Amino acid sequence: MTLAQTLPTKADEAWRYADLKAVESVWQAVDMPESVVVAAGQSEQKTLILETGEAQIRQLHIVLEEGARVDVACLAAAPGYGRVEIDIDVASGAHFEMGGAIVGADDQTLEIVTRVNHHAPDATSNQVVRSVLAGKATGSFLGKIDIARDAQRIDAEQSVKSMLLNRGATANAKPELEIYADDVKCAHGATVGELDKQALFYMASRGLDPVTAKRLMLHAFVADAFVDVDGETSAVEEQALAALEALL
Amino acid sequence: MLKISNLHATVGETEILKGLSLELNPGEIHAIMGPNGAGKSTLAYALGGRPGYEVTKGSASFDGTDLLDIDPHERAAAGLFLGFQYPVEIPGVSNLQFLRESLNSQRKERGEKELSGAEFIRLAKEKAALLKMDMDMLKRAVNVGFSGGEKKRNEMVQMGILDPKLAILDETDSGLDIDALRIVGSGINAIMRKPDKAVLLITHYQRLLDEVKPDFVHVLADGRIVKTGGPELALQLENEGYEAIAEAA
Repeated sequence: MTLAQTLPTKADEAWRYADLKAVESVWQAVDMPESVVVAAGQSEQKTLILETGEAQIRQLHIVLEEGARVDVACLAAAPGYGRVEIDIDVASGAHFEMGGAIVGADDQTLEIVTRVNHHAPDATSNQVVRSVLAGKATGSFLGKIDIARDAQRIDAEQSVKSMLLNRGATANAKPELEIYADDVKCAHGATVGELDKQALFYMASRGLDPVTAKRLMLHAFVADAFVDVDGETSAVEEQALAALEALL
Repeated sequence: MLKISNLHATVGETEILKGLSLELNPGEIHAIMGPNGAGKSTLAYALGGRPGYEVTKGSASFDGTDLLDIDPHERAAAGLFLGFQYPVEIPGVSNLQFLRESLNSQRKERGEKELSGAEFIRLAKEKAALLKMDMDMLKRAVNVGFSGGEKKRNEMVQMGILDPKLAILDETDSGLDIDALRIVGSGINAIMRKPDKAVLLITHYQRLLDEVKPDFVHVLADGRIVKTGGPELALQLENEGYEAIAEAA
């Protein structure tokens, strides 16, 4: 996947689940991919939050130099169409960490699309994505991991879990691993489920009203994607939790 | 306090309870014993309002309220506690947060003032100590990674904190070793053995009843109470088995 400069079509795998009408409406306005270079040995944090605007596309191209680290936290919760795209090159000894949440209802189409390019050995990446979808919303995660022939001893992880609150909601999870090296660890897991009914009854039997019970479970589910900073809930997690309120 | 009349309940297409009647007064502890499949857990779930356990006939009133007419969380707020045979794990939600929200949700429903964080922690510490449970366990996610015995003890800590009027305890003794059984038994006595409270113990074994002395023992077979007696009935069951007694009845 290169960040497309011509209007994408459904034939383009990375845009297969996109709301192409919405894409067309904003295509001219999409900025060139924001480019971030993290210098050797440095670390950086990036936050991408899509929560307003009818249609939004944010593209990020990150280059991690040797031993660099980036922590990306993102939330796709735009009212209409929202897409976060991350394309990252990971050098030796570097680490890419991403936590993402997709929170949608109604007719929202939301997606997080990543491509991790492990072109050099001894590097690591970890991606955790949690989606909560209600109404007729569609949430998609497309995660491509390329590991080049010489990129030995890579440890690349991907965990994608989706929770559907209504029958009409759709979750797509598409891990795509292209591995040419022979000494790598690549763990990926994808699940799609709904709220645990047994747990909901257990909570009700203790006196929790249904809304509070749902809130507790969904908060815990989404919190998986984010790490607390100095014991404080991060800003992006706060926003994700606020977006969840609309689904209760 | 609890008056169950001619209760019929089905799970799926199968009728499990077939006209069960039972009355509990304040200050009483009742034990229900019976063979596997008799309907003991179904009774607990039907009274708790678990989805899928449908009451088709009969009534259950709790302090004058039609229990079957209100939602599970409202039954809890009314003072009903259900001790689960298999307590459920809730990943990512800490025991303390869960219980504080539960208690405050109940208090709100009853029009009482919610407890502050400090007040709640004080209460939780007191009840955890009663059940000899480490406060660290209360900080962990609800029942996640707990042993069978720890889960049951956690149920009793929850009962202590929520302080119900009526507790229905579904095989709280299963999975407990001898020491844990004693701790749980004395916990039940300390929390529930009071003139204004009542307990319905569902159990297979006499050993819990050595710790928590019942005032009445009922034998449940094929969806009905077939025999009622005092504590001596439990001993008789232990000696003669369910079959002999259910048949004689």
